[in-house]
Amino acid sequence: MEKMSRVTTALSSNTISGKTMFCHLDAPANAISVCRDASQVVVAGRNIFKIYTIEEEQFVEKLNLRVGRKPSLNFSCADVMWHQMEENLLATAATNGAVVTWNLGKPSRNKQDQLFTEHKRTVNKVCFHPTEVYMLLSGSQDGLMKCFDLRKKESVSTFSGQSESVRDVQFSMKDFTFAASFENGNVQLWDIRRPDRYERMFTAHTGPVFCCDWHPDDRGWLATGGRDKMVKVWDMTTNRAKEIYCVQTIASVARVKWRPEKRFHLATCSMMVDHNIYVWDIRRPFIPFATFEEHKDVTTGIVWRHQHDPYFLLSGSKDSTLYQHMFKDATRPVDKANPEGLCFGLMGDLAFAAKESLINSDTNRKPYPGGDRRNPLFFFKKTDPTEQFAHVSSALTIYQTGLDSNNMDWFVSTAQRYLLTGKPFAELCDHNAKVARELKRPQVSTTWTMLRIMFSDPANLPAAGLNHSLSKLGSLPLMNSFSLKEMGSGLASESRLERGKGDSRQDNIHLETGNSHISNNNEENEETEGSDGPAECMFGDAELDDDDLYSMDHENQAEEQEYTLPQEGFQLRHEIVDNPSAPEHFQQDKADSPHVSGNEAEVPCLTPIESFSLISISQPLFTHHLPASFFCPIVREMLSYYAEQGDVQMAVSVLIVLGEKIRREIDDLTQEHWYMSYIDMLQRFELWNVSNEVIKLSTCSAITCLNQTSTTLHINCSNCKRPMSSKGWMCDRCHQCASICAVCHHVVKGLFVWCQGCSHGGHLEHIMNWLKSSAHCPAGCGHMCEYT
Amino acid sequence: MRHAVASAQNVENTSIAVTDLFKICNHCERLRKKDLGVRIPRPLGNGPSRFIPEKEILQVSKVDSRTQSIFEDAFAALGRLDNISLVMGFHPQYLESFLRTQHYLLQMDGPLPLHYRHYIGIMAAARHQCSYLVNLHVNDFLQVGGDAKWLNGLGEAPQKLQQLGELNKILAHRPWLITKEHMEALLKAEEHSWSLAELIHAVVLLTHYHSLASFTFGCGITPEIHCDGGHTFRPPSLSQYCVCDIANGNGHANQHDDQLDDQDMCGEVEVLMERMKQLQECRDDEEASQEEMATRFEREKTESMLVVTSEDEECVPSRDISRHFEDPSYGYKDFSRRGEHVPTFRAQDYSWEDHGYSLVNRLYPDVGQMLDEKFQMAYNLTYNTMATHKDVDTSMLRRAIWNYIHCMFGIRYDDYDYGEINQLLDRSFKIYIKTMVCSPEKTTKRMYESFWRQFQHSEKVHVNLLLMEARMQAELLYALRAITRYMT
Repeated sequence: MEKMSRVTTALSSNTISGKTMFCHLDAPANAISVCRDASQVVVAGRNIFKIYTIEEEQFVEKLNLRVGRKPSLNFSCADVMWHQMEENLLATAATNGAVVTWNLGKPSRNKQDQLFTEHKRTVNKVCFHPTEVYMLLSGSQDGLMKCFDLRKKESVSTFSGQSESVRDVQFSMKDFTFAASFENGNVQLWDIRRPDRYERMFTAHTGPVFCCDWHPDDRGWLATGGRDKMVKVWDMTTNRAKEIYCVQTIASVARVKWRPEKRFHLATCSMMVDHNIYVWDIRRPFIPFATFEEHKDVTTGIVWRHQHDPYFLLSGSKDSTLYQHMFKDATRPVDKANPEGLCFGLMGDLAFAAKESLINSDTNRKPYPGGDRRNPLFFFKKTDPTEQFAHVSSALTIYQTGLDSNNMDWFVSTAQRYLLTGKPFAELCDHNAKVARELKRPQVSTTWTMLRIMFSDPANLPAAGLNHSLSKLGSLPLMNSFSLKEMGSGLASESRLERGKGDSRQDNIHLETGNSHISNNNEENEETEGSDGPAECMFGDAELDDDDLYSMDHENQAEEQEYTLPQEGFQLRHEIVDNPSAPEHFQQDKADSPHVSGNEAEVPCLTPIESFSLISISQPLFTHHLPASFFCPIVREMLSYYAEQGDVQMAVSVLIVLGEKIRREIDDLTQEHWYMSYIDMLQRFELWNVSNEVIKLSTCSAITCLNQTSTTLHINCSNCKRPMSSKGWMCDRCHQCASICAVCHHVVKGLFVWCQGCSHGGHLEHIMNWLKSSAHCPAGCGHMCEYT
Repeated sequence: MRHAVASAQNVENTSIAVTDLFKICNHCERLRKKDLGVRIPRPLGNGPSRFIPEKEILQVSKVDSRTQSIFEDAFAALGRLDNISLVMGFHPQYLESFLRTQHYLLQMDGPLPLHYRHYIGIMAAARHQCSYLVNLHVNDFLQVGGDAKWLNGLGEAPQKLQQLGELNKILAHRPWLITKEHMEALLKAEEHSWSLAELIHAVVLLTHYHSLASFTFGCGITPEIHCDGGHTFRPPSLSQYCVCDIANGNGHANQHDDQLDDQDMCGEVEVLMERMKQLQECRDDEEASQEEMATRFEREKTESMLVVTSEDEECVPSRDISRHFEDPSYGYKDFSRRGEHVPTFRAQDYSWEDHGYSLVNRLYPDVGQMLDEKFQMAYNLTYNTMATHKDVDTSMLRRAIWNYIHCMFGIRYDDYDYGEINQLLDRSFKIYIKTMVCSPEKTTKRMYESFWRQFQHSEKVHVNLLLMEARMQAELLYALRAITRYMT
């Protein structure tokens, strides 16, 4: 330290130049550090400790600090730091617990200057004070941080975190505080002058916090990265450390470094698995701003080449290379990301998000009257000239299918009313056909009826079929021209109904990330008036969806064909299911009975006589000559057809009702797929009972095991109202039996039934017996208990 | 689940009823006479452990509520309370973490099918000829629908599992030889290949059962009553001893010997404590040179080689178990042998906390967390007691044991002075550790008794837990490092 002199010149960024380049090291690097004038870099690792000069075209090895015949463990570095004021001074943290300083001004080959062996365990981090020349801080696995004065032989103060190993220490830029991150997830703030206790401590991550970094300009912003794959930015200026940004990465975060001159940018690299270096804009935490993908093994050290130049990044890696990355050569993941999103809602609504420019460029806008049904929200973005993300804001458009949300009612009531088991096959089919017909789904209804005919036991069918049709005269259309007619007319009326609801409601929501505020002024309103432009794309027939054009006349003018195509876009609506086959029926319908219109069509068509005649025709056709297996391929195709059309409900219901008759015809994966889709839909409609019944009735092992999982029911203690963790009947905390039978006064360990009025109850059996003799509560509370 | 909990109490009730019918052996408190003509199996073993007198082990009915509830949960989850859990019941905090991990590995969501998991457990335990674990998991394996044919030998199992045999073998005995080629062979084997997630699951299972086998032998766990070798139908002998006394050499005479020994060795604990104190104090004064430190590790490594493991008896693996693995002659070879040089594994370059955890948690979510908790629990567990002394900081001793085991596997901590090991661990203890970790099937009762004679059984179990976890971590580190290398 003889010739220490302060270097104060800050180079302007334009003196640095270079290109993306790399050089091979002899051994994996653990850490790198750059000298103040950005001309040299030191690389340290277990078996390497070298200084390279950074030239225009290449790295040139300047000095090997690892000297001696048999280098001691003091050379095995976990971390290295180049002093930012004194260009000859370096410090390393050794894996054996030593803190070593090196003076490059020494004339001898061995540049080792001082050796501090006060730590008992590996030292993870060393850090020079940014302005005080002689102050060095170290953090070690033994849980201690030590502050060294380089003019003295030993540490001047020791900070005990009273928690686990220290992973990182960082001096704050301007004052005497430093931050330390710990293996147990804590971050502590210390004043260097007060070694007795920390000023502040908070838990930043679950699991170790591997790194932290103070913002170079914003005082009080601290970025931390942890094993939990998160980078968090904390505002330390307030009383409590406040998390202001959080970036979720894909692997544990080993290093984090703020990008110079860019307020919201920071660079990270990961500890394991992922080898890339990411630069994030913390306001946009879901996609990296830039990526450097050069390394073949994990990156262990990253450093910005110059503290005022944001375009050069140096990195060292376990793959034994040292890289200089140019920012202009970085990969920009945002360019490859798909900027559009599309999703169907439960009721058939459609949400569509796209770049704002895309939406706005739509010239086909029309004014949208009837503003009462729209509720536009504008998340408005202030354009920042320095902002480099190309498309930060996007517009979200929601298309609604109908005025009233009951267009999925058919699904719900079908699910609830269908019988899938518990009766003879023919009755199930009849019942389901009836349900479908009542819900105005004639094709489905007919399918059920056909199934009954096809698969009923030939011996029993004549009697059963006959009896049945007799008992339900006129209500069960079988297969003949009349039923086709009925189907056609039914469809027509439905389609018209659908037209009635067919206007679309559009909400334009402009979203943007980062700092945003909501404004709601009229000019912006106009901008989005024309959002039915995209709607046209969706519906193919734009005028149908425009409110102002809608009138009753349309019903008559519209050609049937027009309905069929556009509506295919909506898979969830049953109309689509029927439509593709509809046109031919329509033709027939028109040809046969042009007078038919509206719902009355059914009634005149179905007279008892017709039904009778039908049976007499159909029975000889199917019952005696053809075995049930003959129909299997047809039924299989029919099921696939329904599933393809989005009516997976029909496919699954038929599958369950037919059971063994059809199961072998369809491969297991397809079945499983159908079941999963149907169960998923049922659960989204909160039809838990139906979904559970379907699970129970399914024969796929992958499905039946669904209701074997998460069968635990968590309950709270009736005394202390806290959750009971270990046992269902005894509370750990208040040591009371939580559920005591009001009749026998014993603990109920099995089924417990209670009155919801007075919340007294007991063993199911006891309560049942009790209620036979008395209507009052057995606990004597006087409540007239009600059980369902 | 509530019903299962209730039945735990029923068990107690029936045991009371049984005692009315039978007399009880006054030494081991076991049933002695029966005259009803029903062939009732009697347990052969004398309590859950051969090494620990039954009366030392916690009685299920007398434990504190916390242990009780852990036992109940274990019973509810498995339908049994195995002897391992009973012995671990000395350390309920650890037991809880152990059972949670094991339950997750075997029963909860994971990439491998249930019967594979048990079969891998059988493979791993069989590598150490641990009939106890093999029997236990043969039952479980059949219960979850495993094909009984597989049990005839690894050759009958699917190709996929057969390939795992090699990894099993190396991992159990010489984990430092694992390379990324081994992993590659498993991961790229056409239609029999393993996925990364499956491989991690398998590796965790293998290491878990290798080390659990160590524990089983180290604590002399006796077979469960329902397993082979766990019961007998022979009538009890007519003398005042019951069969168990003779079979296990657990008679009165033996106990008398112990007491004599105790008097001889009475200063042992004090000496150990004195040494710890000295090390604590003088560490700052005399700083060993770097060369000295390096040689100390080498010395400890070579010395661990010289520790003779096998006592006199040669353990022949019973045919029954050896069929689950191939190449029975493959055993532990000392890490530092002349001729083959394997580079030392630097703990700082690949540690569990930084690297292993991330890899496991990435491919098999939640398990990394559980293992992490379990390792920490084992490493940090202390009651601040040593034998009869209270308020002792045992961290040094625990670290010495942990690092000694890692040293035997060639894992070196730069920041540890391996001279401490020599000071703290005496020869008989080293023999025990080495045997238990490297060839657990050779552990004998005499070894168990001859180290740390004044310490309590619970403390010896504690040591066993340390050994087991340290071994598991060492194996895991080698395997995970190989996988990481494969991935990069």
